[in-house]
Formats: sequence, C-alpha cells, structure tokens
Amino acid sequence: MTSDIAAILAIDGIATGAVYALVAIGTVLIFTVTRVIFIPFGDIAAFTALTLAALDAKRFPGTGALVVALACLATLIEIISLIRNGEVRLLPRALLFYLAIPLAVVGIAWLAMRMDPPLAVRLVLALMLITPIAPLLDRIVFRPIADGTVLLLLTVSVALHFALVGLGLLFFGPEGVRTEPLTSFSTEFAGVLISGQTMLIVIAALVFSGLLYLFFDFTLVGKSLRATAVNRTGSRLMGIRPARAGTIAYLLGSLMAGVSGILIAPVNTVFYDSGFLIGLKAFVGAIVGGMTSYPGAAIGAVGVGILESFASFQSSALKDVIVFSLLIPILIWRSLASLHSEEEIEE
Amino acid sequence: MSQMLSMTDVTVCYDNVEAVRNVSLAVDEGQIVTVIGPNGAGKTTLLMAAIGLLASRGSMVFRGSDIRKMSVEDRVERRLCLVPEKRELFSDMSVADNLLLGSYSLRDRSGVQKTLDEVYDRFPRLRERQRQAAGTLSGGERQMLALGRALMAKPALLMLDEPSLGLAPLIVREIFRTIASLRDLGVSILLVEQNARAALETADYGYVLETGEIVQSGPAKDLIHDPRLITAYLGGH
Repeated sequence: MTSDIAAILAIDGIATGAVYALVAIGTVLIFTVTRVIFIPFGDIAAFTALTLAALDAKRFPGTGALVVALACLATLIEIISLIRNGEVRLLPRALLFYLAIPLAVVGIAWLAMRMDPPLAVRLVLALMLITPIAPLLDRIVFRPIADGTVLLLLTVSVALHFALVGLGLLFFGPEGVRTEPLTSFSTEFAGVLISGQTMLIVIAALVFSGLLYLFFDFTLVGKSLRATAVNRTGSRLMGIRPARAGTIAYLLGSLMAGVSGILIAPVNTVFYDSGFLIGLKAFVGAIVGGMTSYPGAAIGAVGVGILESFASFQSSALKDVIVFSLLIPILIWRSLASLHSEEEIEE
Repeated sequence: MSQMLSMTDVTVCYDNVEAVRNVSLAVDEGQIVTVIGPNGAGKTTLLMAAIGLLASRGSMVFRGSDIRKMSVEDRVERRLCLVPEKRELFSDMSVADNLLLGSYSLRDRSGVQKTLDEVYDRFPRLRERQRQAAGTLSGGERQMLALGRALMAKPALLMLDEPSLGLAPLIVREIFRTIASLRDLGVSILLVEQNARAALETADYGYVLETGEIVQSGPAKDLIHDPRLITAYLGGH
C-alpha cells in the first residue's frame, strides 16, 4: 500500500466514520437518558435516505403513511393509559402531541411536495418526516416497559428493529436508492482528491456534534437531559419527567440519525434493510465510549470508519468480520475499566 | 395557621411487608415537624411515600389537594420538595448546574437569578465552588448543595431525610442552624432524623416512629424532657 492509497483510504474512512459518529452520539444520548440501546437508529438513517430519494423522484414517501399509522397507534395507547390512570384531563395534550403534531408534519410535507420544492426544502421535509418515528415508537413500545431491565429493553429493541425492517419493505419497497450528490465541488489536498460530499459529511458531523454540545451545556432542557442520565431519581425530585426527557432524547437522536441518512444516501446505495449495519457499526463506536461518553463514541465511530475503509481495501469480503472482531478486545478492555469505576461509585 | 401537609392512616408496603402502618401526621404552615426513631423504623419509607417514589394507602393532602395518586413531578410542581438521605446530586455536573436544575419545576423563571444569589449568600462555600463538579465536594458541602438545590424550587414544604447523616459535629450544628433559619423564610419543614436531640431542639412538634408505627407525639419541647425518650434516644441524661 502506497502512502497515496493510505491517505485516500483514511479520508474515506473518516467520512464513513463521521456518519457512524452521528448515529453513535444518538445511541449514547438515548441510552443514557432512557437505558434503551436503540438498535433501530440505523433503520431511521436508512429510512431518511429512502424518504429523500422518494422526494427527489417527486413521489410522496412511504414515511408519511408510517408516521400516520404510528401516530394513530400511539394515540390509542396513550388514551387507554390515561383513562386507566384516571388522568382524562391530560387527553387534549395527548391528542396534540401524539396525533395532531405528527399528522400536521405529514400534512405540511404532502402540501410542500405539490409545489416541487428545491433540494434544501426536500432535505428539511425528509428530516421532518423522519423525526416523529422514534418518539412514537418510544410511546408505543418502550414507555410501557420503562422500568424493565436493560436486557429486556435491549431484547425488545432488537425485535423492534426486525419489525421496522418489515415495515420498511412494506412502505418503501425492495428497491435500493442513491440520491443526487449534495455538492459537485471537489478539491485536491496534498495530492489527494477530496470530494465536496466527503467534506460536507465531516463538516455536518462536527456542526451537529457542536450544536448538541451547546444544547447540553447552555440550555436548561439540555441540562435536564444530562441530569436524567446522571441520576434518574435525583432528576425526578427536581420535577424533571423521565418520559418527557426520553421524548426529547428520541427527537434529537432521530435528527442525528436522519442527518447521517441524508449524508450517506449520495455515496452508498441504501435499501430498506441497510440500517442494521449502520446501526451496528455506530453501536461498536458507542461501546468504545462505554455507552456514556459522547466524545468517546464519536472517536470510536471514526475509528470504526477508518478500520472499515482499510479492511475493505485488504479484503472486501472480510471487512465486516474485521470491524466486528474489534468488539472483542474493546469489550475486554471496557469490562476491566468498568470494574474499576464501580468501586469508585461505592465510595 | 393553615395545614400544609396532612397524612391520615398512611400505610406503605414493600412487596407484602408493611414498612409503615396507619401513620397519621400533620405539618402546619411555617412549622418544623420532626419524625425521630431508630434505624429501620420506616422514617425514610414515610418520606418516599410522601414525595410519591413509593405507593401508599390512606389519605395524603398537601395544601388542600389530594396528592396520593399524583406523580413525583406533579408534587414537586406544587412545591413539595424532598432532600433524600442519599442527596441524589448530579455528581458529574457543576455546583451551579445542580442549583439551576433545582429551579426546573418553576414556571416563572424571572426570580431564578435572585434565588440563586440568596442560596449563594446562605452557603458562601457553594459560590466559591460553583464551577466544581458536585461529585468532588466534601460531605458537608454536598449536604449544603442538596439543601441549596431544594431551596431553588422555592418549596412550600421541605422534607429532609437525615440531613446530619455522616457529617462532622461542627457541620451538623451549621446544618441545623440553617434549617431553623428556613422557618423565618416561611418554609415549612418535615425533618426525619436519627440525631433526636438536635432534631427536637430545632423542631416545633415531634413524632416518634417505631417499627412502622407512631408510638408517641407532642410538642418538641415536651418530648425532649420525656423520660422514656431520654432513655431510648437522647443519651440517657
């Protein structure tokens, strides 16, 4: 391998890793706030790509029907739960959040579609359509078992991923898509050609990570999410509702996954079931950060991207094997490290 | 004087074991009420039920509203606050962020900065350490932070679970002085303590809880001279 090839592979790996990093950060966010390892984040990223492709082709995406179906189901479950708990006074709020807002989002997207919107608007529409999915799934699937063990939540999360893959086939069909590049710009750096799309991926990952950092450090809502992650009982005693914190975490996480889906769509052909590998590789990155550290997850995810890039050059058939084999030493290292931190917590 | 909190025949169970049985107690506005008793008597359980972290039977009325079926967060929004025995601080976050989160339940945010300044004036040590992570504070400072964080919510009734636990005698005195001074702010207090003498010296009224039941109650100044309590809880002299 010459240094030129190594540079190209490294740049390619950083770009892929940046996409994984966005999903990994979302995974850590959801896990720390809700204790759910949300495997379907990769599916959310893939669905965003499929949604954008449909919008590009001037077709109304299957995401609309999916959101409507989930909104109706979530509303029904919320109404039953409110009646059971004698909290009928909260019905209007439930109808607003679980039915009216998701339906309004679909309605706006449908109306905007008829006006043949430019690319920037289509990107916003794709993100708008995708963000309600995870919070609605949270209400339908995870809220009723919120007090369950992490293992139960993980098992359900895996099952939910398979259910979503099925729904993906139903709503988007079996065809793969590749969207038009977001930019045709390219430049040469130290003799290596860098595409605008690659630069865009890295910049977007940095910008969204930066925005998330500002949100966590400078807003009360951001701090309340951190508080829920650090100490659930303590945060409840401050009046912070874990369910609401969870919804905000799912919304933000979906946005991150959605952005990664948009970034990956022009460089990879995305199918309804492409999300699993994206989610799983982001998960490996998140594990590097111990599932709790955002910078750790981002660095881990970029590491996964670079390793995948070099592995695919050496042996394309074995690239996934190499990436997932990375889990073994990481898990051994993390298990040794976490033993140490548990001792510290005990004081 | 209006009633702040009234519990009638409250029973709390862990699985099928009754940890608190038919307890009735009341806290009037501006009053400090203490519940004393030995380890394992059910004092913490009683406070956990009062804040809604444990389910209970019986009646629980706070400022005229039946709160028994309300969520913890709804109770906090009604300005019922608990400083738990374990403090439950946000250890990775700064002192300033911990205090700010104390005000999370307040809808009107205009007075938050003023309340923060008042808390810093009351606990100057917290002002010095405002950028430090809560987890790095000493035991006394943690208790000050837990108290300060609860005061940020402008509580009508503040419930304190063993505020002196694990603290040096000098700091215990400071904490009890602070608790007594809160009464002047119009904050009612329900204080659960194993340090019975300090609690009764600070409180207006006291209850004695043994094996989940109230066995004695009365004005604190009477209880502190009660021969049985002196033998059992007050060091026998």
